[in-house]
Amino acid sequence: MSTLANPVPRTAAAVGVSRNRGKRHYGTHIFLTVMAVMWLIPLGWSLYTALRPKADTDKFGYFSLGGTFNFDNFIQAWTQGGFSKYLLNSVLITVPSVLLTLFFASMMAFAVSRVSWKFNITLLIMFTAGNLLPPQVLAAPLFEMFKHITLPYSFSDSGNLLNTYISVIAVDTAFQIGFCTFVLSNYMKALSSDLTEAALVDGAGIWRQYWNIILPLCRPALAALGTLEVIFIYNDFFWPLLFIQSGNRLPITTAINNLQGEFLSNYNLLAAGATITVIPTLIIYLVLQRQFVAGLTLGSSKG
Amino acid sequence: MSTTAEKPAAPDSEPGAAGRTTAGKGHAGAGRPPGKARKVRRLTRRDKLVLAIMVGLPTLIQLLLVWLPTLFSIALSFTRWNGLDIKDIKAAGTDNYRFVVQDYPPFWPAMQHNILWLVFLALIATPLGLLLAVLLDQKIRGSKIYQSIFFTPVMLSLALIGIIWQLFYNRDSGLLNYLLGTAGTPRAVDWFGDSNVNIWAAMVAATWRHAGYVMILYLAGLKGVDPSLREAASIDGANAVQTFFRVVFPAMRPVNIVIVVITIIESLRAFDIVYVINRGTNGLELISALVIQNLIGEGQVIGVGSSLAVILLVISLIPIVFYLSRTFGKESKA
Repeated sequence: MSTLANPVPRTAAAVGVSRNRGKRHYGTHIFLTVMAVMWLIPLGWSLYTALRPKADTDKFGYFSLGGTFNFDNFIQAWTQGGFSKYLLNSVLITVPSVLLTLFFASMMAFAVSRVSWKFNITLLIMFTAGNLLPPQVLAAPLFEMFKHITLPYSFSDSGNLLNTYISVIAVDTAFQIGFCTFVLSNYMKALSSDLTEAALVDGAGIWRQYWNIILPLCRPALAALGTLEVIFIYNDFFWPLLFIQSGNRLPITTAINNLQGEFLSNYNLLAAGATITVIPTLIIYLVLQRQFVAGLTLGSSKG
Repeated sequence: MSTTAEKPAAPDSEPGAAGRTTAGKGHAGAGRPPGKARKVRRLTRRDKLVLAIMVGLPTLIQLLLVWLPTLFSIALSFTRWNGLDIKDIKAAGTDNYRFVVQDYPPFWPAMQHNILWLVFLALIATPLGLLLAVLLDQKIRGSKIYQSIFFTPVMLSLALIGIIWQLFYNRDSGLLNYLLGTAGTPRAVDWFGDSNVNIWAAMVAATWRHAGYVMILYLAGLKGVDPSLREAASIDGANAVQTFFRVVFPAMRPVNIVIVVITIIESLRAFDIVYVINRGTNGLELISALVIQNLIGEGQVIGVGSSLAVILLVISLIPIVFYLSRTFGKESKA
């Protein structure tokens, strides 16, 4: 609570303060605890199912406490289910996509926020709108475009861009550039102009201003956006589904859909697969929680 | 899913001011101190070339992979094509649209489901997120732990959420039927399989994620509300509820706009979760899923798929244009 400069009646001040200290909030705690428990049930149930051998759940039923608990389902999903491969595919798609997105978006943001010229608002609108379109609107043309681009078979076993990581990386990058450009341009606008003025006097060119002065100052925004984009692209289900036909090339988020068919009656294995898929996001969240939340809220509060 | 910023600082886009470096743009209201002339320097040729590349590359990517396909979608929706050879594309006028609206059974159910999805997110998930944010904003003990719990689903993909809830909703091994005491009896409900209830079950799963998302955005919004507003309200004798609805909530206008737009767009984009459950059939029809059903698999009907995509596009443009005009409106009037 901020204190007002002019003296206020004591009662009013007391009212203001008691809002946070006087009460015990019992009702609130009960409500939040009930909600929190409900919120944890789905993930908790997955984990519980994943930790039990199928033989035990067959014997005792899924809703039992009996039997043993071990990581056998995880090991099986990792080795036989191909999860090690899928996770590697996810890394191979996510890392280049995020780096390319941040690189292109920061260049674009620099150009529209630090240099004034005629079309910068038009371009910014175009970029922002592009990020808000439903991906399904672009599905058919992109699929056909990639199908009709012929490539040597030594480069792509489909003879075109389908079934390659490049197709997914390119579209993920194109789709995310808009959002990152928007956030970064707001961030750069808020930086003082004196920073680049000094460089101008020293005769630094545009590239030096961008690469050596502005970009390092944007580190917090880049970290937040990078974290957010890693999660977005890791979680992207649709583009790999559309472009990649070989099961062993799918990233983990899309691959888990195919496993449903394979593990149809083995819910323990499916639960282990789902849990493995959650783990990388949880690690990122635990390590980079602040950046992630900052990235989400960067957009919604005044840049 | 993306959040975007509200009200970027107004740039000084003077007509014909091309090719100058700007000497700073104060935010609205924080103008340049008088007397300090604006430094203007013509860019060297090399700088112009560098700038052209910096703008050109991302713009080319954006045009080629986002806007060109959008135009192609519109074009393809007026054709008949099997997707094999470019030469086989035949003009079809508005036949595809007529077919979709009149003779395509899943179309109107899908429209209803999309609207239902939006209403559910807007009236259930969003207020729930706001309620959680308001409760957690009161500096209660353990606030951080509660926040983390409610926020966890936001990090998961909707595809994975479909799988996780499948385990929970399953007829024979799902926890929900056990908790309801119907597991193993004929009264057990197959929550994702029964076409009477599966759309509701899917929306509950989507709410699990959306409420946490809304909560985080509102928590940021509540922190940004000037505390003196609340003090003034309590001095005027407003109680907590009045203070919130008459003072605090209106003060969060930028966040409110973002949340309205996100909620509409999320409900138009809903796809992953129904596709994972049953490819968007049997009670889970959504427009986005119908687009894909017509493009992938047997009897590719690209024209029909594209016309569905265009219908989705036109509906999506409503929130997009609303958002852009809110965000950039002040600037383009210059």
